[in-house]
Amino acid sequence: MKPIYQEYFRNNLPHIWCAGCGNGIVMSAWARAMDELKLDKNNVIGVSGIGCSSRITGYLDLNTLHTAHGRALPFAQGAKMARPDMDVFVFSGDGDCAAIGGNHFIHACRRNMDMTLIVINNNIYGMTGGQFSPLTPFGKKATTAPYGSVDPSFNLCELAIGAGASFVARGDIYHAKQLTDLIVAGYKHKGFSVIEVIASCPISYGRRNKIPNPADMMQYVKDHTVAKAVAEKMTPEQLEDKYITGILHEAQGREYTEEYAKLCERVQGGDK
Amino acid sequence: MAKVRLVQGNEACAMGALKAGASFYAGYPITPSTEIAEHMAEMMPACGARFIQMEDEIASAGAIIGASAAGAKAFTATSGPGFSLMQELVGYAAITEIPVVFVDVQRMGPSTGLPTLSSQGDIQQARWGSHGDHSIIAIAPNSVMETYYQTIKAFNLAEKYRTPVIFLLDEEIGHLRERFEVDENEEIEIINREKPTCAPEDYVPFENVAGGVPPMASFGEGYRYHFTGLTHNEKGFYSSALPVVDKFNRRLVDKIEKNVKDIFECEELFVDDCDVLLIAYGSVARSAQEAMNELREAGVKVGLFRPITIWPIDEERIKAACAGKKAVIVPEMNLGQYAREVERIVAGSVPVKKLCRVDSELVIPEEIIDMVKEVLK
Ligand SMILES: Cc1ncc(C[n+]2csc(CCOP(=O)(O)OP(=O)(O)O)c2C)c(N)n1
Ligand code: SF4
Repeated sequence: MKPIYQEYFRNNLPHIWCAGCGNGIVMSAWARAMDELKLDKNNVIGVSGIGCSSRITGYLDLNTLHTAHGRALPFAQGAKMARPDMDVFVFSGDGDCAAIGGNHFIHACRRNMDMTLIVINNNIYGMTGGQFSPLTPFGKKATTAPYGSVDPSFNLCELAIGAGASFVARGDIYHAKQLTDLIVAGYKHKGFSVIEVIASCPISYGRRNKIPNPADMMQYVKDHTVAKAVAEKMTPEQLEDKYITGILHEAQGREYTEEYAKLCERVQGGDK
Repeated sequence: MAKVRLVQGNEACAMGALKAGASFYAGYPITPSTEIAEHMAEMMPACGARFIQMEDEIASAGAIIGASAAGAKAFTATSGPGFSLMQELVGYAAITEIPVVFVDVQRMGPSTGLPTLSSQGDIQQARWGSHGDHSIIAIAPNSVMETYYQTIKAFNLAEKYRTPVIFLLDEEIGHLRERFEVDENEEIEIINREKPTCAPEDYVPFENVAGGVPPMASFGEGYRYHFTGLTHNEKGFYSSALPVVDKFNRRLVDKIEKNVKDIFECEELFVDDCDVLLIAYGSVARSAQEAMNELREAGVKVGLFRPITIWPIDEERIKAACAGKKAVIVPEMNLGQYAREVERIVAGSVPVKKLCRVDSELVIPEEIIDMVKEVLK
């Protein structure tokens, strides 16, 4: 049997990421999910924005679109509308998705088109060298917050739920097997699935926040993530600097391309 | 058979788009372009085409490019403020060579300007609005009928040259209602992107082919490849190798500029038999034609050169048209955005006079007549 990376990755490695970067773990978790789902690669579209994390699409052996900063979701929705029969995975970073792409994000949640969005949250703008993002925790340091950030941060999953996404989950790079399971579940869910992944950028985030060593970063991710079932037994104080992981929300909503297809049928049947 | 109707310019654009095979529209409402979105929303479901109203113009531009990558013929319509927002992705469509049509129904700017009033202020934005060197195709019709036919041409050129095409209506044409006599079942040449015929493993999606336009596979056709807005090699992957970058950037420009004879279209009236040449496009060309007719009746030798294709410019053709004239007058609803091109092309060999209005009113024939008389004094 071929190793998974040979089946789902293009023959253009090495990748650009720094040693110890969490992006590779997300990429391999995705590949394991593909292996489990046994999707036809010709029928899968991969879309991403701009950032270190968004470079993922360059390595995936799919139909791929590496778009502009923040704009992955509009491209993905256009592609999905054109080919509702194709599967769509979108990859984005915390800056890409929650800052410059924030408006597209909430509207994509609201529309509930069937696709899976994986947001790699490394708490920082990695590609541009470490400026704070809307998901940088309060008080953490960045090149544009040298004394600690006073910018409040979003809870991306709550934002997604509030905006209408029908599947919302959070995983992390320490619990890689769980991440694969979440991606599989997100794919199987019909509607817009959001998976936030707590990841690591030892170079642009860790170094400035006293966790420069990739292994320590992993430990940091492990220490700051709590499975939903465990979190339910914890106090708000205990949960203060923790990310709750697992499937956080699952609902049946109207799927956009199906609704549009029904509308076409209605109009074509002369019933307006 | 053609039935005679009263049709608005924006509606003719919508009809032309469907005739051209548009299967996807994404847009955000803005005066004076909104009727196009409304017509598409009404007409597209009946033919199984897809319409979506996005959250803003950037999203609209992204959606049409994504749809086109997945095989749709896709377009959007907007006006100045929205067109400005779309510029980053105009460049994305150019560098990834994904065919799309941007309709810009121009209104008076800058900024919110005069939303309901006319302008031709986006001539240079259409060319240079997005950063970096690339080329572009832009078209400006002067009537409702021509809007229909040139919309079809806009899609054809986008597909043929794998490029964004900017379709420039001015508010005057977009909102004009006039006689429309078109047989919608008429046979018209419809061009679709050339598809690769080779095996997927042999496909080179951005190959430096002769003519400059490599065949394009759509998503889902078995050719799994990569689009990126990064400068890329022929395989489609990021490259910063000097010869690759240079060759790539030049091909992007050359594939349009070197095919200018195929792309460029214009109307010439009495160009060989005039002392004063008017160069005008869009709605203003109608005033220019009216002025020319009146003056010629009075024995004054005036001609009209009307570019229908705004970009790229067939410079040889303009140079030839202007040669030996006493003067060239360029009336337009901006402060000389096309006139500066004419000045550059004739390079001082003929006097070029600007006749500019930026008060939102159409340049009227009387103003043109007065200027012709002035230059002949
Ligand atoms: C319109 C635009 N603005 C700014 C940038 C610069 N830029 C590139 S990547 C990036 C931030 C990426 O951060 P994130 O999305 O968190 O991804 P990461 O690199 O951390 O994976 C920025 C600001 C850009 N490319 N385009
Ligand atoms: S800068 Fe950070 S996010 Fe980017 S590759 Fe390096 S470690 Fe990864």
